[in-house]
Amino acid sequence: MDHSLKNSQVAQLDTEGDIPKTSSRSFWLDAILQFLRDKLSLFALSTLVFLTLVCVLAPPFVENQLGVDVERTNTKARFFAPLTDGHFLGTDEYGRDQLIRLLYGGRISLAIAYSASFMIIAIGVTLGLVSGFYGGWIDDVITWVVNTLSSMPPLFILLIVSALWSPSPQILVIILALLGWFGTCRLVRGEVLSLKERDYILAAKAVGASNFRLIFIHIFPNVLSLVIVTGSIIAGNLILLESGLSYLGLGVQPPTPTWGNMLTDARNFLVTGIHLIVFPGILIMITVLCFYLIGDGLRDALDPRRKYGEKK
Amino acid sequence: MEKSKSAATAQSGSDVILSVRNLKKHFPITSGFIIQRQVGAVRAVDDVSFDVIRGETLGLVGESGCGKSTTGRAILQLHKPTAGNVLFEGKELTTMAPPDMRRMRRQMQIIFQDPFASLNPRMTVGSIISEPLQIHNIYPNKTERQDFVESLLQRVGLNPYFINRYPHEFSGGQRQRIGIARALALSPSFIVCDEPISALDVSIQAQVVNLLEDLQQELGLTYLFIAHDLSMVRHICDRVAVMYLGKIVELGRTDEVYDNPLHPYTQALLSAVPVPDPTVEEKRQRIIIRGDLPSPANPPLGCNFNTRCPVEFELCHHAPDPELIEVTPGHWAACHRVTQY
Repeated sequence: MDHSLKNSQVAQLDTEGDIPKTSSRSFWLDAILQFLRDKLSLFALSTLVFLTLVCVLAPPFVENQLGVDVERTNTKARFFAPLTDGHFLGTDEYGRDQLIRLLYGGRISLAIAYSASFMIIAIGVTLGLVSGFYGGWIDDVITWVVNTLSSMPPLFILLIVSALWSPSPQILVIILALLGWFGTCRLVRGEVLSLKERDYILAAKAVGASNFRLIFIHIFPNVLSLVIVTGSIIAGNLILLESGLSYLGLGVQPPTPTWGNMLTDARNFLVTGIHLIVFPGILIMITVLCFYLIGDGLRDALDPRRKYGEKK
Repeated sequence: MEKSKSAATAQSGSDVILSVRNLKKHFPITSGFIIQRQVGAVRAVDDVSFDVIRGETLGLVGESGCGKSTTGRAILQLHKPTAGNVLFEGKELTTMAPPDMRRMRRQMQIIFQDPFASLNPRMTVGSIISEPLQIHNIYPNKTERQDFVESLLQRVGLNPYFINRYPHEFSGGQRQRIGIARALALSPSFIVCDEPISALDVSIQAQVVNLLEDLQQELGLTYLFIAHDLSMVRHICDRVAVMYLGKIVELGRTDEVYDNPLHPYTQALLSAVPVPDPTVEEKRQRIIIRGDLPSPANPPLGCNFNTRCPVEFELCHHAPDPELIEVTPGHWAACHRVTQY
């Protein structure tokens, strides 16, 4: 009796920590598995990947098979309804095939969203890391620039800029990136300010770690999850912004198609060509929704407070 | 000259590993943009001097915000001291060039209070413990390094099988052991223990303290043990220094300070320690200190402690802050009451 009691006490001490017997997975692998387990996020991700692949790969195939061309106009084939005369999604006011224009437009819209959000993240994270980590006058200057520029209405700046250079997709990406990084920079700076006071940063300093090591081994991996989530939300916003700019006539100029300017052109033909509004509109909506859902899923998957390896 | 003599130096002949002289750490309060003006300072550590003897454990106690941790970090140059000298093995640290300082860090390490904040959540236990080895290029061979890390894990009482685990998979006590293993990786001779047990469960505290004591005996370590658990300090420390508002108010052998406290602040602190004996506990007289800790940005005139002292008198309010004076051999106190009689 006495003996067994002793044994049970020993056993209690040994289970301290309650370590799972499975082998340890890295944080990132764990987060990916968690993300893929979430059905909605997985669906959003596959939809987005599918849309992107179709826009990138399908146009030459569609052109060959259907004998359509993105630039070719035809006055006799204006406002064809979908599924008429070999035009799956009908034709627009110049008789151009809408399917092929949507595919080419998707290429540009998605390319703008991906590349501008990548640039925004790159600029924002770099300046945020530098500003938060080094502090002092560098921080003052960067914070001042961020505060000043973000207090100007971005639409107003976009108006001036696109009046000066009628934007090609490349220029638009650069403009959007240069006007979009403030929020990310501020976010990263704040996170770095709190991270750099953590004990594990002091511990790394105490063993003689260089600034380079502190930033890239200790701080950057800890802001990365925040950055990834922000990036996907920003990409969604950029698709919307591109459509908004096209609506004001400041986006990518016709005849180059984007989902935004296709929707804008179509607003004049509400009665004669409702299909010209529906399809670009739905594509924009689906894409933005996918980006947001992915952002949400990533936020859950990368949340450090989430129980590791726990099934939902 | 006179000043450094009056500092709490150890008796001549003893082997001093670390000397702190008139150490100050003031955190500036600034205002202004790009061109910063200093409008004040938080005197976290204000003129602290003491010696640490090789192989001993020096306790540093005091209430929250009195500058204990800042002292420890200023010694290791994790916070650049505002003024004063830190001599480690006779070498001045405050003016040392960064490459020399980096080499110096192999001999002095730190263990942190919060085992949840002191380990990078994105690194495995193995990479946390081997980071110091990588930085100083000890064991450049990967398998040798891995072997050494495993032996360290074993030394602090963890299963080497944990090497690829992440910190979140461990309990507080186990994480603290990982922190200790990291500190030991460079085989230091001096470790600042910054409240290494105050964040742990009481049942785990004893285990960690025993581990620290074992390691000290085995490796001949010297500890600066920062704590606010007075009974634990009595158990583990050879000498103890009491801090109040950035200054040391009393310093001496642990038994001496606990049995015969000279400074009214020490007396009040010790009177707050509960005694595990109901009859004694009933008769225990508590000295209640009035008021709150003054702001270290605006310390009181005269003696730092005069706003809360139960025995303060005329002199305490206008004479300068009392200096740390050796009252009996090896027992120092900074109080006008003590030095005036």
